[in-house]
Amino acid sequence: MTGKNRQDYWKANIRLIATLLVIWFIASYGFGVLLVEPLNAIHFFGFKLGFWFAQQGAIYIFLVLIVVYAWSMNRLDRGHDVEEQ
Amino acid sequence: MDVQLLTYLFVGGSFALYIGIAIWSRVGSTKEFYVAGGGVSPVANGAATAADWMSAASFISMAGIIAYSGYDASVYLMGWTGGYVLLAMLLAPYLRKFGKFTVPDFIGDRYYSNVARTVAVICVIFVSFTYVAGQMRGTGIVFARFLEVDVDIGVVIGMVIVFFYAVLGGMKGITYTQVAQYCVLIFAFTVPAIFLSIMMTGHVLPQTGFGATLLDAAGNDSGVYLLQRLDQLVTELGFSEYTSGTKSTIDVFFITAALMCGTAGLPHVIVRFFTVPRVRDARVSAGWALFFIAILYTSAPAVGAFARVNLIETVDNTAYQALPDWFHNWENSGLIAWTDKNGDGEVQMAAGDPFSGTPAYTGERGEHGERLLSNAPTDNAGEVYIDRDIIVLANPEIGNLPAWVVALVAAGGVAAALSTAAGLLLVISSAIAHDLLKKQLKPDISEKGELLAARIAAAVAIVIAGYFGINPPGFVAQVVAFAFGLAASSFFPVILMGIFYKRMNKEGAIAGMLVGLIFTFSYIVYFKFIAPEANTAEHWWLGVSPEGIGTLGMIFNFVTALVVSRFTAPPPESIQHIVEDIRVPRGAGGAVDH
Repeated sequence: MTGKNRQDYWKANIRLIATLLVIWFIASYGFGVLLVEPLNAIHFFGFKLGFWFAQQGAIYIFLVLIVVYAWSMNRLDRGHDVEEQ
Repeated sequence: MDVQLLTYLFVGGSFALYIGIAIWSRVGSTKEFYVAGGGVSPVANGAATAADWMSAASFISMAGIIAYSGYDASVYLMGWTGGYVLLAMLLAPYLRKFGKFTVPDFIGDRYYSNVARTVAVICVIFVSFTYVAGQMRGTGIVFARFLEVDVDIGVVIGMVIVFFYAVLGGMKGITYTQVAQYCVLIFAFTVPAIFLSIMMTGHVLPQTGFGATLLDAAGNDSGVYLLQRLDQLVTELGFSEYTSGTKSTIDVFFITAALMCGTAGLPHVIVRFFTVPRVRDARVSAGWALFFIAILYTSAPAVGAFARVNLIETVDNTAYQALPDWFHNWENSGLIAWTDKNGDGEVQMAAGDPFSGTPAYTGERGEHGERLLSNAPTDNAGEVYIDRDIIVLANPEIGNLPAWVVALVAAGGVAAALSTAAGLLLVISSAIAHDLLKKQLKPDISEKGELLAARIAAAVAIVIAGYFGINPPGFVAQVVAFAFGLAASSFFPVILMGIFYKRMNKEGAIAGMLVGLIFTFSYIVYFKFIAPEANTAEHWWLGVSPEGIGTLGMIFNFVTALVVSRFTAPPPESIQHIVEDIRVPRGAGGAVDH
């Protein structure tokens, strides 16, 4: 395994983490905390949208983020030939 | 069959199962004792992590806290789930690759320093004991409520059961009992939730029933949304709207962050990810853990809302003698109290405490048959005290569910308390046997000697935890903020920088940990113990409550560590190689098949 390959792998990992954590931040701190008031003006089924994000939506999004990360990293591991044998 | 007998059967049956697993999973090596040999499947580890994580408080108290604080309780829902995203991406896979046994092990090796290791050991022990005392007490309380045994005897029974599987089976025994305990507790939580949801909205899933319209008494759609009705009911009683908050935005932000980073930094959670065979399993396993946790955490807010509507509609302005049996039963258990302020024989609800303090019953009965109180009444119109734990404990009775559901909830409560207690005790015993004894005091100790030491440490930890369970220090409820605040301000930044910043050295890490720790510790001690009367928003620094201060401690930790490491020598070459090595999955240590 070359140093260049390792560096590329690590950079790709960091990029992926950064992207997913931005979504993580927006879903919880953004929609659930900072923007909760304006979002509460929107109705989503029987919920006020901000309230729904804070008590339901954020948790579903967290779960999706982990699944996406685990799946993307498996691909990345194989692409850079660093997966476990 | 009566409830009492069924409860004995369910709880007894679950104990037999746990002990059976303990005997089947006896261990012979320290690797098995500390990390179950590293051969746990990611799904099993996910379930075990969920049981480890969800304590008696999550199971019994959380829905009640949500029911009474509405939007404000979102900090717990987001805070205690969002941390798993951080774990999956920032910590778990790399720590699994590092492949040691404990959190202080990583900190000691990565920062090539026994000082760092010792600071970590002290934090682990403090955080874990704080937590475990509450669990042992929780076990006792569940016993007392459902089996009518003394709380103290309940604690002792809990100690004996945990002793069995933690001391015999170590991490391996704990892992597989936790899987069983998860099944018991999630079944016990969701069955009443589903019944309640069907009863109130006609939806099978509580998660969708939460946003649906209510059914009226005849079972027809009333056209009014649950949350709309709830907002209306609570505002009529003088509370603020259920779906809006009362806490300041900055405080909500800081508390959520402290709980998230604290979750990711709690040693008993992190150590679970040392038990899976491969790096990729650690990532997937965090996903399974959150999935299993989310089943309870997305049902709990629905249960809270259902129960609150039901409670207000059933109890408010109803004659005391006309109230359903559960009201009188839980009054007899001391979780409900009523004082007829206006003398009309009806129970009125209103915002604010009905009287000062928790109920002090005089032992006599009033003219309607209620238990009289010696508490001084307050001057608001509220007449009824309802303990928040009622929301989960009384659900089966409120929903007229069969007796076996009540028994199931009892077994679930015990499972939730025991699984968390065992995970914490193991972390304490491995910190002592491995990080203090083997790594520092007596490096030439044999494998057998270390295993024996770990077992003795676990046994001693159980006895100490049991002692605190029987004689709870008055401050137990107030120190929960400690566990999360300290984990967020000490472990989380140091582990994170250990992986993502190769240049971080021991001087930076130790300085950062100490600054974060001392700042957070002092702030909490000041507002909780030294000057509790000043514990209000106008005295808080930047408006951050002691619950959220761990976030600020964490920021100080990061800043201190980065600054100090700039002015001191970089870590040795060999450490930088370790860091490069943990960043790639290939070459993780082999697993032991179970």
